[in-house]
Amino acid sequence: MTGNEAVAMGVKLSRVKVVAAYPITPQTTIVEKLAEMVANGDLDSKFIEVESEHSAMSSVTASEITGVRSYTASSSHGILYMHEALHWAAGMRVPLVMSVVNRAIGPPWNIWGEQTDTFNQRDTGWMQIYCETNQEAMDSIMLGYKIAENKKILLPVMNMLDAFTLSHTSEPVEIRNEKTAADYLGDLDLDFKLDFNNPASYGSLASPDSPFMEMKRDMRDSMYNAVGTIKNEISSFNELFDADLPGLTENFMMEDADYALVTAGAISSTAKYTVRKMRERGQKVGLIRLYFYRPFPAEEILKAVKGLKALGVVERNLSFGQRGPTFEDVVSSLYGRVNIPIRDYVVGLGGRDVRVKDYEKMFENLIEGNNEIDWINVEVK
Amino acid sequence: MPLSIPREEYMLPGHTACAGCGAALSMRYVLKGMGPKSALAIPACCWSIIPGEFPYTALKIPMLQTPFAAAAAAISGLREGLDAQGKEDYNVLAFAGDGGTADIGLQGLSAAMERGHNVLYVMYDNEAYMNTGIQRSGSTPFGAWTTTTPVGLKRNYKRENKKFVADLMIAQNVPYVATATIAYPEDLSRKVAVAKSIKGPKFIQILSPCPPGWFFNSADTVKISRLAVESKVFPLYESKNGKFALYKPAKTASISDYLSLQGRFGHLREEEVRLIEEAVEKRWSSLLEKEQN
Repeated sequence: MTGNEAVAMGVKLSRVKVVAAYPITPQTTIVEKLAEMVANGDLDSKFIEVESEHSAMSSVTASEITGVRSYTASSSHGILYMHEALHWAAGMRVPLVMSVVNRAIGPPWNIWGEQTDTFNQRDTGWMQIYCETNQEAMDSIMLGYKIAENKKILLPVMNMLDAFTLSHTSEPVEIRNEKTAADYLGDLDLDFKLDFNNPASYGSLASPDSPFMEMKRDMRDSMYNAVGTIKNEISSFNELFDADLPGLTENFMMEDADYALVTAGAISSTAKYTVRKMRERGQKVGLIRLYFYRPFPAEEILKAVKGLKALGVVERNLSFGQRGPTFEDVVSSLYGRVNIPIRDYVVGLGGRDVRVKDYEKMFENLIEGNNEIDWINVEVK
Repeated sequence: MPLSIPREEYMLPGHTACAGCGAALSMRYVLKGMGPKSALAIPACCWSIIPGEFPYTALKIPMLQTPFAAAAAAISGLREGLDAQGKEDYNVLAFAGDGGTADIGLQGLSAAMERGHNVLYVMYDNEAYMNTGIQRSGSTPFGAWTTTTPVGLKRNYKRENKKFVADLMIAQNVPYVATATIAYPEDLSRKVAVAKSIKGPKFIQILSPCPPGWFFNSADTVKISRLAVESKVFPLYESKNGKFALYKPAKTASISDYLSLQGRFGHLREEEVRLIEEAVEKRWSSLLEKEQN
C-alpha cells in the first residue's frame, strides 16, 4: 500500500474518534481514505471537513480536551498556516498525533519532497518523527499516540513521511492486528479533560509572576525526559507487533566506520544503498538515520560518532543566515565531547533527486577533507 | 408578565471587567439561558481576560481559550468530541468579540455555521478591538473615533459602514440568527432559549456598549443600549428557519440622542450626523422590506 494508505490504516488501528482535516497535495489521499473509512463504517469517528489548517488544528485541540483521541494531517503551506495552533496544542498538553507529508515551500509553487515545512515547526513543542518506509509510517501513528499520551510526557507528535516517494508509492506493509492495537493503546485517558462538575478554564491569562515560566519549563523537561520512555516504548512495540522500528536513531554499518552521514526520511534508503556499495569497495562508511528529531537524540549520536574521522549532516531543508538546523543540533550535541570535522550538505530541495552519485560525492568530500561544498546536485553557473 | 430571566447565576463576582461593561452583562444573560451543562470557547478578546487570571475563573462552566481566529473551529471540535462520547445533550457555545468575529474569525465562523454543528456562536459586539485599546474593526460604525481612526488636524474617523455579521449569517441560511442587546434582557433570554431549542448552528449578535471605548459614563450602559434600539441604529431582529421578524420599538429616539452621549462621536458635524441618519433609515427600510417578503 502507499504511504498515505498506511497512515490512514494506522489512524484506524488507533481508533481515533475525531478527525479534522483540510486537503493539500500530497496529504490529500490520507484524508480521502479516512473519509471513506468513516463513510463505510470502518472507522467510528466524527469527521470535521474544516475550511483551513488553522481550523483543523484548533478543532482537534478542542476535541482532545473533551477527552477523545483526535487526528489531523497536513503538509507544506498547510502546516505553516497551522503554526500558531501548533503552539496552542502543545501548550495545552493535548496528546495529538498529526501526519505531515513533507513538501517544499513556495514560492515558486512546488508540490514535491523537502523537509523545510516541518523543520520550521521545530520549536512548537511537538515531538518529531521522520519515517523511512511506509511500514514505519503506519507503525509510528500507534507508537506516536502511545508516547504522546504517556502521562509523564503529554506532548503531541508530528509524524513525517516524504512527498510521493512514500506518500504515493506502494510498498509491502504488514497491517497490525486490530485487537492487539486496541489493547495496546486503550482509550484516551486525559486527567484534565473537560469536566462539567468541576469546571475549569483552559489556557487563561497568566502574568509574569504566575506559573507561566514553570509551565513552559515543564514542557521542555517533559520533552527531554521523554527519551527513556520513547526507547522503552519502541522496544515494547517491536516485541508486541513483531515490528522493526529503530531506536531514536538507526545506525547503519556504523561499527567500524571512519566516515558517516546523518539523514532523515526516505532519502536514507538511497544513502544506505550507497554505504553498502562503498563498503563493497572497501571504504569504511556508515549512516546515522534520525528517526526522532525532537527530542533530539544527542546521546545516540555521540555514541555513534565515536571513532569517526569525519561526519556529514545531510539537510533536506533550508535555513538562512546560518547553517542547517540538523547541523547545529549535531554540533551542539558533540561540542566539547568529540572533536571531529563536521560538514553540512543541502540536498533534495523541491523534490530534486538525491542520487547514489550525490551520496558518493558527499562521502568523497568528507574523506578528502578539503574543498568544502554544501550544495548537492545543484547547477553551478 | 412573569419574570423570564432565569435566577441561576453562572458568572460569579470577582471578574475583571470594567465598570459598566456591556459584555459582562451579555455573558451573564447568555449563561443564565444556556445553563450548567454547557462548554464555552473564547478567543482573544476582552472576555479572555474578564474571567480572571490563572488558576481562577469567574465562570461556573468549563471554558477553553482559543487562538484569535479559532473560536468557531474550537466549538466544532468541542461539539464533535462530546457527541463522539454520546454527550449530545450538552450545549457548546462560543463567546467572541467583534474583531474575532467580523474580522479575523469570519472565515472560521462561516465554515462552522455551514458545516451545521449543533453550536451557538455569540458575538458580543462592542464595535472595536477594545481589549487592545479601541482599534477599528469591521464592526465599528461609520463616524466613530478609534485609536486607528483618530480625529486629527486633517480630520479623520471611520469612513466605512459597519459590517453586520448577523446579516451575513442570514445570507448563508444559518437556521437561527438574532440580534439582541443588554437593555432588553427578557428579549435576550428568549432568544437564547430559542437558540438552545434548535439543533444546529445558531448565531446571536449582542450589542455590548463599552464605557471606556465609546467614551460614556459607566452608569449609562443600559441607557445607551436602549437608545441604540430606539434610534434604529442597532435593530433587533431574528431569523428562524428563514422567517425574518423585526422588532419595532414602541418608543423611538433620535440618532442624536444616541450619538450625543458618546465621546467617540463627539467630533461629528451636523451634516455628518445627517449622513448617519440617512444610512440608518435606509437600512431600516430594507429590513422592513425583508420582513414583508
